[in-house]
Amino acid sequence: MAKTIAQEFKKGLWDEIPPFRLVLGLCPVLAVTTTAENGVGMGLATTFVLVCSNMLVSLLRNNIPPRVRVPCFIIIIATFVILVELLMQAFAYGLFLELGIFIPLIVVNCLVLGRSEAFASKNKFLPSLADGLGMGIGFTISLGILGAVRESLGTGMISGIQVFGPSFEPFEFMVQAPGAFVALGLLLCLMNILGKK
Amino acid sequence: MREMIRMVATLTILAAVAGGLLATVKTTTAERIEQAVLEYVQGPAVMSIMENVTNDPLEDRFAIEIDAEERDFFVGMVDGVPKLVAFEGKASGYGGDLGVMVGINVETGEIVGIGLTTHAETPGVGSRAETDIRFLQSFVGLPVVAADKIRIGEDDGEIANIGGATVTARAVCTAVRRVGNMYENYESEIKTKVADFSG
Repeated sequence: MAKTIAQEFKKGLWDEIPPFRLVLGLCPVLAVTTTAENGVGMGLATTFVLVCSNMLVSLLRNNIPPRVRVPCFIIIIATFVILVELLMQAFAYGLFLELGIFIPLIVVNCLVLGRSEAFASKNKFLPSLADGLGMGIGFTISLGILGAVRESLGTGMISGIQVFGPSFEPFEFMVQAPGAFVALGLLLCLMNILGKK
Repeated sequence: MREMIRMVATLTILAAVAGGLLATVKTTTAERIEQAVLEYVQGPAVMSIMENVTNDPLEDRFAIEIDAEERDFFVGMVDGVPKLVAFEGKASGYGGDLGVMVGINVETGEIVGIGLTTHAETPGVGSRAETDIRFLQSFVGLPVVAADKIRIGEDDGEIANIGGATVTARAVCTAVRRVGNMYENYESEIKTKVADFSG
């Protein structure tokens, strides 16, 4: 029954990769993935919060009274989110300007709260760490891929490098909000086809 | 009852630890954040106002304490003479505080340009205040102390309104009037400090 730590880590990368399999935390997924860089930045910020909150929730799981567990989780998560926000302002202000409102909104990202509630509050420290890390990396990869797809189709380049050559006509729709839904839908579809075999 | 006390105690301790931690981090990062804001937020606004200066206004700056707040003043040189000064005023917009950088020609007291620094106005509506040339240009040339002129047309002033974003336009005007007010009250001090940059 008990899974190994490696399994806990790996499940976040494919079997339960957050946006595509669990379909959790979609607000930032759709909103910030206009470029690959933003997607990865957001993913890393979320990973940091996820790993830290998972570790702390797991450590405190026997001390948190069950009836106030959600407020406790929120305090823990909010603390790390503000920490990320301050550090990002101090060391990566450009990224902070791009992500803006979506950084504070990590607090209510149901992926983070979901992992605290569903996993970390019931498991030991190491599995929780592995779970947070795996989920976070899976989330980052997903956002990066979605961002890369949208950026390359929408502007013809990724981080300033032309990918389709000069004759490519940018498909601007993809970097706008509706394009996010379409791109996510197509990627989900692709994931399902690949997963079936 | 015991459980009740335990719940209250847990939440209190958690919140206290979290608060303490964040306060520490906030104080330690404050200086770096200020530096970053200068570079990314005030910097572009200052540069957009001062187009033809021969120095780096972000380097040539001084601070005056007004209303218990350190304010940065950026100095612009034209042909080697310090002629322009830019500083920021704040006002409440539609989505919280917005900051407006106002460039002033210290010889004539006229506005040479304004630029938005921080704001949280609705994207696509209030945020147009950043780019609406007609709106931004209508400030240029007005005496910065002319509080009755720095109002939108609807308020009998000379500023072009931004269609659909009157609240934002009014807030920008308020911020600019506050800059004018500060300039009026500290004019001699500002002029002395600007003159220090010559030679």
